[in-house]
Amino acid sequence: MVPDSVTHLHLPTLIAYGTLAFYAASATMNTLEFTALVGAGSFVAGLLGALTGLGGGVVLVPLLALFFKVDIRYAIGASLVSVIATSSGAAAAYVKEGFSNIRIGMFLEIATTIGALAGAFLATRIPTSAIAIVFGVMLLYSAYVSRKPRSQKERNLPPNPLATRLKMNGSFPEAGGIRHYNVQNVPTGFSLMFGAGTLSGLLGIGSGAVKVLAMDQAMKIPFKVSTTTSNFMIGVTAAASAGVYLSRGYVDPGLAMPVMLGVLAGSFLGSRILVEAETKWLRIIFSVVIAVLGLQMLYHGLTGKI
Amino acid sequence: MMSALMSSLKNWDDQRTETFIGNLLRVGVLLAASVVGIGAIIFLHKYGGLVSDYRTFHGEPDQFRTIRGIFHEALTFRGRGIIQLGLVLLMATPVARVVFSIWAFAAEKDRMYVAFTVIVLAVLLYSFLGSGI
Repeated sequence: MVPDSVTHLHLPTLIAYGTLAFYAASATMNTLEFTALVGAGSFVAGLLGALTGLGGGVVLVPLLALFFKVDIRYAIGASLVSVIATSSGAAAAYVKEGFSNIRIGMFLEIATTIGALAGAFLATRIPTSAIAIVFGVMLLYSAYVSRKPRSQKERNLPPNPLATRLKMNGSFPEAGGIRHYNVQNVPTGFSLMFGAGTLSGLLGIGSGAVKVLAMDQAMKIPFKVSTTTSNFMIGVTAAASAGVYLSRGYVDPGLAMPVMLGVLAGSFLGSRILVEAETKWLRIIFSVVIAVLGLQMLYHGLTGKI
Repeated sequence: MMSALMSSLKNWDDQRTETFIGNLLRVGVLLAASVVGIGAIIFLHKYGGLVSDYRTFHGEPDQFRTIRGIFHEALTFRGRGIIQLGLVLLMATPVARVVFSIWAFAAEKDRMYVAFTVIVLAVLLYSFLGSGI
């Protein structure tokens, strides 16, 4: 559908933007230049996030904090807002295709929203260097998860009494017809979701990596259903901490504007380009970028530079 | 056993709910992005030449952190106020989805899920109303 040149084009541009951003950190720019550069960087983050399925939100805060020297609190506020935009945009498509399980999402959102509220309150109380350290660990974890092969789940598990009572078992369209699945380990999944919500509220990210861990590994939900349901939940989870961030003055319109519009445009384009062969090594490169950013966040947090 | 299987399979009502939720999310995001875009043009036209500094955290002034203040700024056509209004519309999109889900579960007479969804809505409302806006 889309020529390979499109994806080839974007790695050099990523590097070019990286260099520009590096230059940006040292030079004084006016608001128009700053907006254009932040918007371009966010566009690339959204594009790579959608192409690799790793989500662009996780690199936004390090991009803003490390390269653009934005205070991490403004960075988190802007990132959180953009996370609502991309997850809602993508969820709109997935829900219609019948992959997301709305009941699983709704039930687990009790845990993620309460966690997100706790995370947002925590963020206003702990020092920014501690946030940077947690962020660094989270980035390294995300990079690790992205390199791990998908778990080969047992099919045709027996119905679990609690999951059945909560009407969580479902079905989804597959190549060979409709596939039915039975959800397992509800309490473990629920607890992990509380943790995912707290991280989302604390760091201003979607924390899709932890959400998928809870649904995919603990609750044994098929991969396609976990990823799309996780995406469906991210918007509501982020909204729960967004209210706190807005009222605490973390959401700056001048900064959130290019971030939100850039990531949204990038992920929209990324979801249209699906070149299987290319995404494999794109994933490798992007996970290396995430790991490097993780180490830098750790270093800046530990030395008290953030 | 058979009835459990039947109820867990997606029926027509669930499908209609999903289509509506999909459209709601899409319209909400597009509307929010358009409002932010309009605000961006006004803001950049007016202040594009100045230097903005985000290196030190001051926290936003009151007019950008309360719903009342944001509406006031937006209605007087200030660029940053309009951007902030767009961002509030964006934050309201998932909340609208939750409100609609309560109605949809009620229509399916699923009282358990109405209760779950009400809890989620309460947490969201607390975030927006109880945390000082």
